[in-house]
Amino acid sequence: MSPLTLWPATASEQAARIDMLFTGLLVISGAILLLVAGLLLVLCARYRRGSAAPRGDLPDFIRRDVEIGWTAATLFLALFLFWWAGATQLRASDPPAGALEVHVVAKQWMWKTRYPNGAREINALHAPRGEAMRLMMTSQDVIHSFFVPAFRLKQDVLPGRFTEMWFRATKPGEYRLFCAEFCGTDHARMGGTVTVMEPEDFARWVAAQPQEEDLPGEGAALFTALGCSGCHAAASAVHAPVLAGVYGRMVHLADGRTVRADEAYLRDSILQPKRDVVVGYEPIMPSFDGLVDEADLQRLVAYLQSLRGEAAR
Amino acid sequence: MSGITAERAIPGAPPREPSYLTAKTGLASWLLTTDHKRIALLYMAAITVFFFVGGAGAVAIRIELFTPQADLLSADAYNRAFTFHGVIMVWFFLIPSIPNILGNFLLPLMIGAKDLAFPRLNLASWYIFMAAGGLAVYTLLSGGVDTGWTFYTPLTTAFSNGNVLAAAAAVFVSGFSTIATAVNFIATVHLQRAPGLTWFRLPLFVWAIYATSIVMVLATPVLAMVLALIFAERAFGIPIFDPLRGGDPILFQHLFWFYSHPAVYIMVLPSFGVISELVTCYARRRVFGYNFMVYAILWISLVGFLVWGHHMFVSGQSLFASLAFSLLSFIVAVPSAIKVFNWTATLYRGQIVFDAPMIYALGFIGLFTIGGLTGLFLASVPVDIHVTDTYFVVAHFHYIMVGGAVSALYGGLAFWWPKITGRLYPEGWARFAAIMMFFGFGFTFFPMFIMGYLGMPRRYHVYPEEFQVWHVLASAGAVILAFAYLLPMGFFAWSLIWGRRAPANPWGATGLEWQTSSPPPEENFHTPPVVEQGPYNYHPEHAGPPALEREQHQPQGRQP
Ligand code: HEC
Ligand SMILES: [Cu+2]
Ligand SMILES: [Cu+2]
Repeated sequence: MSPLTLWPATASEQAARIDMLFTGLLVISGAILLLVAGLLLVLCARYRRGSAAPRGDLPDFIRRDVEIGWTAATLFLALFLFWWAGATQLRASDPPAGALEVHVVAKQWMWKTRYPNGAREINALHAPRGEAMRLMMTSQDVIHSFFVPAFRLKQDVLPGRFTEMWFRATKPGEYRLFCAEFCGTDHARMGGTVTVMEPEDFARWVAAQPQEEDLPGEGAALFTALGCSGCHAAASAVHAPVLAGVYGRMVHLADGRTVRADEAYLRDSILQPKRDVVVGYEPIMPSFDGLVDEADLQRLVAYLQSLRGEAAR
Repeated sequence: MSGITAERAIPGAPPREPSYLTAKTGLASWLLTTDHKRIALLYMAAITVFFFVGGAGAVAIRIELFTPQADLLSADAYNRAFTFHGVIMVWFFLIPSIPNILGNFLLPLMIGAKDLAFPRLNLASWYIFMAAGGLAVYTLLSGGVDTGWTFYTPLTTAFSNGNVLAAAAAVFVSGFSTIATAVNFIATVHLQRAPGLTWFRLPLFVWAIYATSIVMVLATPVLAMVLALIFAERAFGIPIFDPLRGGDPILFQHLFWFYSHPAVYIMVLPSFGVISELVTCYARRRVFGYNFMVYAILWISLVGFLVWGHHMFVSGQSLFASLAFSLLSFIVAVPSAIKVFNWTATLYRGQIVFDAPMIYALGFIGLFTIGGLTGLFLASVPVDIHVTDTYFVVAHFHYIMVGGAVSALYGGLAFWWPKITGRLYPEGWARFAAIMMFFGFGFTFFPMFIMGYLGMPRRYHVYPEEFQVWHVLASAGAVILAFAYLLPMGFFAWSLIWGRRAPANPWGATGLEWQTSSPPPEENFHTPPVVEQGPYNYHPEHAGPPALEREQHQPQGRQP
């Protein structure tokens, strides 16, 4: 047996905030528990049958005021806790712009990660200390859940949809990665490690990884082969937006919404173009759902992302 | 030995008229009975069997988790064990336990009725339950299911190779039994109350069963729908949850938790009722804040329908939705707190007697308080993100449903045992079992909070070594807990033959059920009672209970 631990490692900004909230809750609920247990014990001892303590009617204020008092008190406490918890969550809701994006694909029973430069890993994630990292996650089969206790973070990973999660690691070290959503036979073995490194070490590490394929290059070829360029090329006769620089930009949509063109948006634009129509354009783009598979989709998106630098901002 | 009973030793056996137990004999008189009391006993037999079956799953789990490696069970066998444990315990033990055993037996007695409103429906409900139970056992024998009791899609519909259809069918069918019983209870409370028994004179147990029945009737159809959809997708390939064909796996979770959160209240509200009866009787006090207690039950049943999204904070649901569900979950905690405070305050200026049922009740209040307080942690979005799907959640719901509901079931069984069987249970043994249950429970489940926060995910048969300490504690505690559950079965059975005969009202309790003989005659009351006052008249209105004099309590009803 390994030595007794009572508190998990704390290795992200959000982990520290959650620990605060958790400690607060421990103190408050500990106090309530002591109050209830103490009252039970004292009352049981004092009013055991035949004891000398006076009995008789309850004073009126106990019947009414006390009841109203503790109802109101618990309600206020509940609202306060809601506010505290909600505020803690809101502070961490949106990833900062420029966060490092890593792709996570889950399948029974492994995790696959891919870094922006094409480096890939299985059941492992490396992250630089102090920098925001954003995970774009999807599953190839059932629902899994990406859980790093040291970061106090967990996010279900769904098939057919992207979920995301971000963190800023604060302490170099190796931490456990678990699958937290039951996903079949080897659910318990679907784990790995998250390694937090100093930024320089991380940069070196990433650069040294073998880059198996040139996703953006292959994406560029697909862009022509699938006929995207027929509409989207700058010289095209069709009225369609030029895609250079679209990635990461705020896009105004025909229905009045403004959204950031992140990865999920690009995917949606290709698979369900009618959903987010860019303002000023006709919804003529056909859906490519069923025509491109997941791998091709990743290549196309990688290509569009690579166009980021070429546009004047 | 007992604190309350002075009049226990009745000289000589009183002349006994035929009770519901002896009025008719033969197997057919039991299997075709429409007497709510006998049907309650049929349920008791069936539910006890399921408690053993589900308990066997728990035993397998706790043995396997004693070490970090897989030693007793393979991965698949373990997955089947916890799935089976969950399915049986939720639908075949916890949900039917108090309502169908104690509720069935007591509801008509407590409101001075001859029987439930629809006696034959009551029997039909038992047969439906048995059919469902048969399907559940068939599921086990045909290889079991490996989806978890939550049946999450698309695992359930497209990937599991267990016998999902049989399991879904078992749960689906059991739902009809639940609904039939609930409708019966609702109708009974509306139509069969004794003259003078107005709504605000009802014992809190009746209120609790009534509210539970309403939740059952409203929630169970949603479970039936979602199980039917699973059936449609898995058996006929109709894509509803499969995202590759335009379905939505999250839709399943919404429907499932729309049922399953209220189901938590189906499991725990009846125990609130039991505890209110026990605490008042053994503190010899009117319940503190009767009206608040009633409103709290109704408030819980209503708001309980609006909080299902707190099971889905990490599912990808929008943050806005999560915050709304978080707020509602905090609000639903308030009435539960009121109940705890009011039970505690009921002790104030009482004449408290520590008989076994009271020890169960006090244990219930303690464990339920811990369960409820940890609910606040889970209602907080950021904390829940960390601890959901870990042992923290496992600990939390076992505190509510096992520490709470099962303690109340045992306490209630002991309390009403003389009424049901006409025999007194051995008080000393019962106190010992009650205390053992409290500590065994704490040893088993408290360590789970700690390992949950440390990050131990649920549904793992192998786990990192650092969690072993806590698993060993839990498994050791489970041994104590198992004995605490088995012991009463032993002495209850013993009392059937060797127990002393019980008088009509051994505890000096006020409810109508105590004003008929123990066990009651077939028609419950020879002359139907008339009610002129509220429940729990353990002492005159503007005084307290006097020491040692039991005669001060006033029965709620009177024979006209
Ligand atoms: C028939 C012409 C046509 C073809 C072919 C076409 N698109 Fe489009 N696309 C459009 C038009 C018009 C819009 C703007 C209206 C809208 O948002 O639907 C658009 C919008 C987009 C956007 C969102 C742009 C923004 O500024 O937000 C992306 C990304 C995109 N297309 C990618 C592609 C890719 C990748 C392909 C090839 C697989 C493709 N399109 C093929 C016409 C086309
Ligand atoms: Cu998993
Ligand atoms: Cu819930």
